[in-house]
Amino acid sequence: MLVLRVAQAALHPSKASSRHGSASEARLARPCIRSQVAPETSGTSSIVPDPQAQLTLPKALTGIAGFDDLTFGGLPAGRPSLICGSAGCGKTLFATTFLVNGATRYGEPGVFMSFEERAEDLAANVASLGYDLDGLVAAGRLAIDHVRVERSEIEESGDYDLEGLFIRLGFAVDSVGAKRVVLDTLETLFAGFNDPALLRAELRRLFGWIKDRGLTAIITGERGEGQLTRQGLEEYVSDCVVLLDNRVEDQITTRRLRVVKYRGSAHGTNEYPFLIDHAGISVLPVTSADLDYAVPGGVLPTGIAGLDAMLGPGGFHRGSSILISGEAGTGKSMLSASIVDAACRRGERCLIFAFEESGDQIIRNARSLGLDLTRHRDRGLLRFETARPSLHGLETHLARMHRDLDQFRPDIVVIDPISALRGSASTLQATLLRMIDLIKSRGITAVFTTLRGDGSVGQDDDIGVSSLMDAWIKLENLEANGERTRTLYVIKARGMSHSNQIREYLLSSGGIRLIDAYIGPAGVLTGTARHVQEAQERAAAEERRRETERTLRDVVRRRFAIERQIEELRAGLEAAEDEEERLRSEERLREARSETERQELTARRSAAE
Amino acid sequence: MNGFTPPDPEDRFRLRLFVAGTAPRSLRAVESLRRICEAHIPGRYELEIIDIYQQPDLAERDGVLAAPTLLRVSPHPERRISGDLLDEGRILRGLQIAPAAEAQ
Repeated sequence: MLVLRVAQAALHPSKASSRHGSASEARLARPCIRSQVAPETSGTSSIVPDPQAQLTLPKALTGIAGFDDLTFGGLPAGRPSLICGSAGCGKTLFATTFLVNGATRYGEPGVFMSFEERAEDLAANVASLGYDLDGLVAAGRLAIDHVRVERSEIEESGDYDLEGLFIRLGFAVDSVGAKRVVLDTLETLFAGFNDPALLRAELRRLFGWIKDRGLTAIITGERGEGQLTRQGLEEYVSDCVVLLDNRVEDQITTRRLRVVKYRGSAHGTNEYPFLIDHAGISVLPVTSADLDYAVPGGVLPTGIAGLDAMLGPGGFHRGSSILISGEAGTGKSMLSASIVDAACRRGERCLIFAFEESGDQIIRNARSLGLDLTRHRDRGLLRFETARPSLHGLETHLARMHRDLDQFRPDIVVIDPISALRGSASTLQATLLRMIDLIKSRGITAVFTTLRGDGSVGQDDDIGVSSLMDAWIKLENLEANGERTRTLYVIKARGMSHSNQIREYLLSSGGIRLIDAYIGPAGVLTGTARHVQEAQERAAAEERRRETERTLRDVVRRRFAIERQIEELRAGLEAAEDEEERLRSEERLREARSETERQELTARRSAAE
Repeated sequence: MNGFTPPDPEDRFRLRLFVAGTAPRSLRAVESLRRICEAHIPGRYELEIIDIYQQPDLAERDGVLAAPTLLRVSPHPERRISGDLLDEGRILRGLQIAPAAEAQ
């Protein structure tokens, strides 16, 4: 993973130094301005970095994740910026975050001049985000001034100016040496004073004064009819205007932010979704769709021996997106849990976005496979982010994902399942595309699951996400002979050779186990049919073995018989030879005796003569 | 006007005038106010003039943004008028002072 992160860092000139950094530096390095590298092309316009503008126009970082990226450095320093939007869209929070970050992170004290909320309310409202306004005030890094404007109290007679406001602001600025100022919401003044012409002149003077003092200011304004703010403040604050929006579609609210104008600087022009939650504001610069991300090297074993064996390199390529499709109950979540478990065992970080189950439920289910995910979670290697798909809009889901990815910096991400996301076909497609880009551009391996067997997302349309995926494992319940069998096959795996076999797999307490497929004369057999077939084969083999043994025994017996016969014959032969010898010797004796007798006879006859 | 009960004519008025330095507008307001008070409530008023440059904390305490601003501290309720205080009729109405001329 290190190689990959460093490679990523090398992509971004601004982070070039981290190329030489240590492993931890590379990991800790804040995500850089990706949009610089990957200009947005998903929208109609694109972010074009303008180094010249960045050099000439000093900017003040807001510390709001994402916003500084899309404005290439934050708000214009020493100038007023206008943040406008309708009620409840986060203007005050945006402004407070700007001040708090200035005071705590950038060494720039600030003044919050509130025309609406009292200081205590303000502090209470942001306390949940971990902002300690009272502490900052006590430390002299922040001044909060609540200016009460009530129309009924003020009558007007003749000429006046708002010198009191100026002095008050100047007093607060000087008291903490402020570099940042928030005026929330100036328009309340229009309710307090009757003479708009005079007020406008005074506001113009106020903004001039802010510039003269070199204060970076945020002016908030309510969204008005036909114009950005009710009182047309955008006419005066001409350097930077940011529009916050809170739109409800299908009963789901999505917050969006747009930089309407930013004089003298390049900026992202699209609408960017942003989040307000316990972590404060984060803007998601929708990075995009350029396919120029670095591809990490290496192979990611799945932890399932049988599956690894089906893939040429012994696993998936790192940084690839893997789709696991299958109907309900085919074991998609468990397959991804196995992959996660294997990764965590290797010390890699995994993030699971679950849309249908809670983290604890996944852990419990995985335990039935003998996987102990709790251990990984306790070690901080595994994190669950669970939310019902209907809780947020797609944009918000993406934005949350974006933030979580940057915070947790996982090696593997599981999204389970993508088919749970709701939306129109085109939005879904775009969302998924961006989700994949989001993950891929960080070199993270992604595992997506979907319920649709054909790899589609929606239930009644056919959005093909499969083409966006690098690898696709299909899980299927084969139904035959009155039973279901889980089968698995690799439909595609870009950049590697892979098995084309359909394999049966078992979910057992020992994990996921792939079983060799039985390919017989009647096709691939699975489940009980496979068992039956195997039993038959075993019986046949046994029969064959017995047959062979029997034949062998016969042959041996015959051989013994022949040998016995040979013995007998040999015995006969020996007997015959003996007989023959005996006869011969008898014959010789007889001959010798008759010769002797004849000689004796001859001798006797001679004597008688 | 508008259903309020005019304060007791014998009440003492405590007035506080916030001005921004010695700008012509400030001086005009001070001068005009003194004239009006002398004409209509002579001897029944205390006027405190505050320069918001000198004493910004007082302006903040009273929530004064505009200058000049005239604050009627008593009698209650508190009332305030912003402007250079040249329109006598409006000042009197605003402070709920019965004009001396009309009273006679």
